[in-house]
Amino acid sequence: MQRPHVLQIQKTCDQEFIKRVERESGQQVSKCYQCGNCGASCGYTFDFDFPVNQIMRLVQLGQKETVLGSRSIWLCANCQACTTRCPCNIEVARVMEALRIMSVAEGVVSKKNILLFYDEFLELVRRYGRVFETGLVARYNIKALKPFTDADLGPQVLMKGKLALKPHKIKGLKAIEEIFKRFESHRGK
Amino acid sequence: MLKRVAYYPGCSCEGMAIEYDQSVRALCYVLGIELVGIPDWNCCGSTPSHSYDPLLGAALAGRNLAIARSQGLDVVMTPCPSCLKALKTANQVFRERPSEFLDVLGMPFSGDVRAISVLQLLYEEIGPNLIQKAVKFPFKNKKIVPYYGCLLTRPPAFAQFDDPENPVSMDRLIEAAGAAVPDFPHKTECCGAALGITQRDVVMRLTGRILDMARAVGADALAVACPLCQQNLDLRQDQVNRALKENFNLPVLYITQIIGCALGIDRKTLGIEKLAVKTDALFQSA
Repeated sequence: MQRPHVLQIQKTCDQEFIKRVERESGQQVSKCYQCGNCGASCGYTFDFDFPVNQIMRLVQLGQKETVLGSRSIWLCANCQACTTRCPCNIEVARVMEALRIMSVAEGVVSKKNILLFYDEFLELVRRYGRVFETGLVARYNIKALKPFTDADLGPQVLMKGKLALKPHKIKGLKAIEEIFKRFESHRGK
Repeated sequence: MLKRVAYYPGCSCEGMAIEYDQSVRALCYVLGIELVGIPDWNCCGSTPSHSYDPLLGAALAGRNLAIARSQGLDVVMTPCPSCLKALKTANQVFRERPSEFLDVLGMPFSGDVRAISVLQLLYEEIGPNLIQKAVKFPFKNKKIVPYYGCLLTRPPAFAQFDDPENPVSMDRLIEAAGAAVPDFPHKTECCGAALGITQRDVVMRLTGRILDMARAVGADALAVACPLCQQNLDLRQDQVNRALKENFNLPVLYITQIIGCALGIDRKTLGIEKLAVKTDALFQSA
């Protein structure tokens, strides 16, 4: 795999990025001394392009483009093993979360299907107040152009009465819509 | 002992985890804990809201705490660890960024409604001893391994429950139900969580690893306390078998179903038949 920035660290160091990650995560990333506990604890290292300890190092080095474009920050399931085991008491999972949020804001999300799934989920919450699982899978499958995702599970869960065919709308939909609207205007500030 | 709590089932308990909801309600009824519904509750925002500023998830979850408070309740119990995290995060964001939080939430919020999991309720409020005394049909000669997943005990300062590396609450409850609990090294290894639909290969590998360890320690079944863990381990077990060329055949029950069975609540009420992997062998005396 090509990692073009690794050899040009000084040229691509973004000091502002380091400060922003520390501010938005509330964590002092500079405390990390690369013990590797987080990477060793992480069940996802196998699938990451950079193990989580390397993500921490890349943040320290201000490698914004590499970090925000990495697969790792999107495959992280927020399982908190890294945070639990960090000897420097850095909430590593919170750093990963801040990076995910920044990658959305910057429009450089590497795993677009994962964000698509999350956005469809939130759209249903906005529309109905609760998640409508059947609708969620259907919408995701259509938009991700993967029409048969989990189709094998369908008959079984339908027969067992686990999937609703119609969404449940809560009464307080207006309150939910207002939360979303106020959030959006807050974000726009 | 808590006798009356607000109940937040969460969306999955209305669908894929309906048997979790059924067994929680049946068990709490038998144990004399009154579950008070949160009128018109809404989704907590779960993992998807974490792609945006935590204010969104905090406000969505916070609305439920505010409604519970307006009903005069100060403890909310939820079966779902992801909902639990969201509800607790609402209180945390309220403490860290009160004015922004209240701005987005748009309703009165006191920040003093505590959120606990059903496991915490069973372990800390009822306790294994009381449950053991109430057991009528112990799981004799059966081995059940507890799988806790990620969020019930982690990170420790946030979860404030059990031990983050070697939790034992479910172990003790399973023992109270009469089953043997083998050492299980993968108690808190992540199952792949919400990536089931978007990154199935990842879930196959992680879930496969947990099932493999459960089989290696001789488990007859796994006990879980999370709708997403349950779904990955049980409903996706066939997918795991196909993906990894395996032949796992391990029932995965909610801890509430296991205790419920031991207390003599009938299996239909506990939604046992809604599980994917057949549980018959678990109920045959060896």
